[in-house]
Amino acid sequence: MLDGIDLHIPKGSVFSLLGPNGAGKTTAVQILSTLVTPDAGEVRVAGHDLVREPEAVRAAIGVTGQFSAVDNLLTGEENLLLMAELYGYRRRQARSLAAGLIERFDLVEAARRPASTYSGGMRRRLDIAMTLVGGPDVIFLDEPTTGLDPRSRHGMWEIVRELVGDGVTVFLTTQYLEEADQLADRIAVLNGGKLVAEGTPAELKRLVPGGHVVLRFADAAGLDRAARALGIGTADSEALTLQVPGDGSVRSVKALLDWVEATEAEVEGLAIDTPDLDDVFFAVTGRPDNEKATTR
Amino acid sequence: MSASTAPTSTTPPAAVTRSRPAAPSAPRTSLTMLRRNLRHARRYPAMTISLVSMPIAMLLLFNYVFGGTMSAGMGGQGSGDYIKYLVPGILLMAVGSGVLPTTVGVCTDMTEGIVTRFRTMPINGSSILTGRAVGAVIQTLLSIVLVMGVAFLAGFRSGAEPVEWLAAAGLLALMCTALTWLAVALGQLVKAPDAASSVALPFSFLLPFLSSAFVPLDSMPDWLRHFAEWQPYTAFIETLRGLLLGDEIGRYGPLAVGWGVLIAVGGFVWARSLFRRDATR
Repeated sequence: MLDGIDLHIPKGSVFSLLGPNGAGKTTAVQILSTLVTPDAGEVRVAGHDLVREPEAVRAAIGVTGQFSAVDNLLTGEENLLLMAELYGYRRRQARSLAAGLIERFDLVEAARRPASTYSGGMRRRLDIAMTLVGGPDVIFLDEPTTGLDPRSRHGMWEIVRELVGDGVTVFLTTQYLEEADQLADRIAVLNGGKLVAEGTPAELKRLVPGGHVVLRFADAAGLDRAARALGIGTADSEALTLQVPGDGSVRSVKALLDWVEATEAEVEGLAIDTPDLDDVFFAVTGRPDNEKATTR
Repeated sequence: MSASTAPTSTTPPAAVTRSRPAAPSAPRTSLTMLRRNLRHARRYPAMTISLVSMPIAMLLLFNYVFGGTMSAGMGGQGSGDYIKYLVPGILLMAVGSGVLPTTVGVCTDMTEGIVTRFRTMPINGSSILTGRAVGAVIQTLLSIVLVMGVAFLAGFRSGAEPVEWLAAAGLLALMCTALTWLAVALGQLVKAPDAASSVALPFSFLLPFLSSAFVPLDSMPDWLRHFAEWQPYTAFIETLRGLLLGDEIGRYGPLAVGWGVLIAVGGFVWARSLFRRDATR
């Protein structure tokens, strides 16, 4: 599944593994968090060998998986107390620890309700709070904002920034370049189990100078003709738009419009977008991502 | 949803500055897991109620509706006699009813991701199973006490000595432990909690009926009698009858203990190996 991945992540930084569904992001997290034993290779997490000292690794990490790992039948507070107990805290310490996390993650009102009644955003916050109970040095966040509404997403970003402020190393997977850009010190792009690019957000964005241009057409026939003439880009027949990779410069946009005009399709409007994962993929693999990486 | 999704940033970074306590021992972790399961049971009693409702319903149905005919068919003296024959089988049915909530509970744990979290923590993995199993045994034994109470109210009387009662309790606890570990394994095997009910049905319903729980083995056709004679439920039921009512136990005693130990050890080993193998469901 994963092959030839060579990474070094400095302490106290945010590292983001970026890739579409099925790229192997979750597998990477499962291996790094001791859930799956790798077939080959050498990995050290927080200074401990993954295969030889899994217990030491477990003591140093916290994991928030893609699917919430909270006990739905217990209240938020009980979930946190359960974690504290499992980490060996005495009752009083556990109580103050739980109270602090409840406050920090804005769960005060919900603390005594069963987790099954929580919204997606609250559940994700509880999940991360539970991950923090053990005081981890390294935190794995597997697609922490997938399925969250925009406001909860921004709340989650705040949380990640705070974790880094605390000196925690964060390993984050995401499908969104924007998210990696916002949070990560370094980004690695994963595709089909292989690293296809690695660098700082600025370095990656240099690979995709301008993102893409979105053309909006008056009718479906026009969209169709233009899409066929261009041969690249993603057509959306419902919104009557065609998304074409490009750097967004005046010259390239004019050239694009000339091309489209030649097909006698009527362009109603146009927008230039910042790069997203599709564009990075196009840039580093030389082809658009057919599996449709971003579904926002 | 509360007003703000951003965490308050005024709180000091509680997560990192404190020192970590030593990891708790396996028994302590098991105890924590046990408390978690008992809390579930206390908070959501529906499962516990359904656990006892079937054996109690069967007890009342067979005693009051079929009791007279059954008693006559078995050459008994009066309709009051059948309940003596009936109760040991009903107790086994109560033990078997414990399979369902355990299977569902384990399966839910596995599919909801909480166990995945436990696996990434520095805790003894099998404590998760041990806590679950001990909780289930306690819950099922309590339900047996309840069913026994109803049996007494319905007119069941036993002339057993305290030692015989103790042996009967031990036997029920053995069967309980055996079926619980089997249920812990089955709960990991089924993919969804819904599917759990179908794998649990034989233990609460089918096997009791294909045993000497309700009718003597003599009344069954040959092929069925051979199965019923050797299956674990009959061995346990006949041994319980011997202990509570003074019937002859014979080979059923060792057979019951043998089956109990076999299922308990087999279920335990199976449950543990499933747990070790399947880390990423």
